[in-house]
Amino acid sequence: MSTGAPLTEAAGVAAPAAATPREPGSLSAFWRRLRARRSAVIGLAIVVALVAIAALADVVAPYDPTATDWGAVRAAPSLAHPFGGDEVGRDVLSRIIYGARASLGAGLVSVALAVALGLPIGLLAGYAGGWVDAVIMRLTDALLAIPFLILAIALAAFLGPSLTNAMLAIGLSATSTFVRLTRAQVRAVAAEEFVEAARAVGNPPWRIALVHILPNIVPAILVQATLTIAAAIIAEASLSFLGLGQQPPEPSWGAMLTVAKNFMDQAPWMAIWPGVSIFLAVLAFNLLGDGLRDALDPRQRT
Amino acid sequence: MLRFLAHRLALAVPTLVIASMIIFALQQLLPGDVATALTGEERDPEVIAFIREKYHLDQPLPVRYAYWAGGVLQGDLGVSVRLQKPVSELVLEKLPVTLELACLAMLVALAIGVPMGILSAVKQGTWMDAAANGVALWGLSVPNFWLGILLILLFSVHLGWLPASGYVPPGESLVENLRSMAMPAFVLGNAIAAVMMRHTRAAMLGVLGSDYVRTARAKGVSPLRLVLRHALPNAAIPIITLGALEFGQLLSGAVLTEQVFSVPGFGKLMVDAVFNRDFATVQGVVICTAATYIALNLAADLLSAVVNPKLRRA
Repeated sequence: MSTGAPLTEAAGVAAPAAATPREPGSLSAFWRRLRARRSAVIGLAIVVALVAIAALADVVAPYDPTATDWGAVRAAPSLAHPFGGDEVGRDVLSRIIYGARASLGAGLVSVALAVALGLPIGLLAGYAGGWVDAVIMRLTDALLAIPFLILAIALAAFLGPSLTNAMLAIGLSATSTFVRLTRAQVRAVAAEEFVEAARAVGNPPWRIALVHILPNIVPAILVQATLTIAAAIIAEASLSFLGLGQQPPEPSWGAMLTVAKNFMDQAPWMAIWPGVSIFLAVLAFNLLGDGLRDALDPRQRT
Repeated sequence: MLRFLAHRLALAVPTLVIASMIIFALQQLLPGDVATALTGEERDPEVIAFIREKYHLDQPLPVRYAYWAGGVLQGDLGVSVRLQKPVSELVLEKLPVTLELACLAMLVALAIGVPMGILSAVKQGTWMDAAANGVALWGLSVPNFWLGILLILLFSVHLGWLPASGYVPPGESLVENLRSMAMPAFVLGNAIAAVMMRHTRAAMLGVLGSDYVRTARAKGVSPLRLVLRHALPNAAIPIITLGALEFGQLLSGAVLTEQVFSVPGFGKLMVDAVFNRDFATVQGVVICTAATYIALNLAADLLSAVVNPKLRRA
């Protein structure tokens, strides 16, 4: 893969959770269902571990990620450098550890941006209907017609290469997915009787949208957001691989692979570990997203 | 059917128009003067004056868009300042390479994904199902440029079986062409194979649970014949239409795959243009990608309407 496969709508959550009113203690019930899925637990564990590594990079990294050491140039893995050294003698393990900040940060920030933009716009389109909806949906369709990564590359190209701009480009490219998902969910929930009842007793539209509809579409958004983080991490790595993300000498998994490609025969470890890291991070969010979907899917509740 | 076609076309046209507006508006993100930004490091006043006139930069944005869109409609995508060639010429030159790569990748995806999906549906709940799902998860999670690097490491550096990069046109030598495309096609197809496997599994599970399959089974149809003759043709409909939608994914993936293997296609054209700050070419490639994607969506819609008359009521 994958340059962002899970960016299609999460098919399994098409039926909104609205059909089942939220029973007391539903959070613990949800937690029980999630825990029952081994793959979801593994995904969650890897995510927690990666976040901890990124947060504690200053403590766990054995070396400064940008410090060069001429004795360690393309050094094979050893006790001093478990993952080896790179082309200017920097410690690959330390760069992997600090690189987690760029990857996870980009995944979380860009998806937060996409949700922060997409959710209100989708809510507006779905609830307002009429010409507002028509205009928003035509725009969304047009954005969805440009493949995710190609849009992100184009945006990053025009914004200029930097990690911040890469996050911005990925976030904006992923926004249309959330607009469309939110709108579809809102329209499904808005047709429910309890929304009709809320309207009948005279609640203003903003109150219905925020208090009655929003809580019921959160599960679907949460699943999609988790899967999109996986796609965003690959996208950040891709942009950095192309030179449009994190700029050297700051470490990033994608950028490490760009350099590693030139030293493949002399120092294959330079290519192995960044790729393993990207794979693990993406796998973890995919597992967690699949697990969340199954745990939140009302059709599985009996 | 004609009305359905007209309706779908009526939806596709504004989508493409709005997409072109968005792509055009990207120029506004460039810092500073658009003319100097478009020419990149080129500081020749003549070139800048040419760009200023070519893109009507003294006019307001909507007017400039109208000029640009008018050109695009006539097949004029602008001029690549860096390569001193019309963008449309560059696109036409690179497109066949990417199309070949995309088709080969799709073949790989179908050859891996469909049998695996059938197997995991027929053997639902067994270790084979779990293994197939594991392979799909791998395909969805492994970054394709890394997979490409690993394959080069194994097949080119260590075994020396396949060329690490370079492209041989099929007209020159078909065998060499396929040898140069084998790894890129596998890398690109790998991700789509995972998606095809999931689609195939879901479609087969749906069909295998239906009454007519149960009837056929009760009549004593052999398991192999049941799957291949009775179930697969009906499951094929969603597989084909969903597969067509994966082409967007294929085009996204081609950008990185072509970069890793130095395949001179569409994606490499775009990346090179990004680095040469050759923005007319970037815009040209993106608009062609969007047009291709919209056309494929339309084709997928029509295909499903042809095989499923219920969908024709637009």
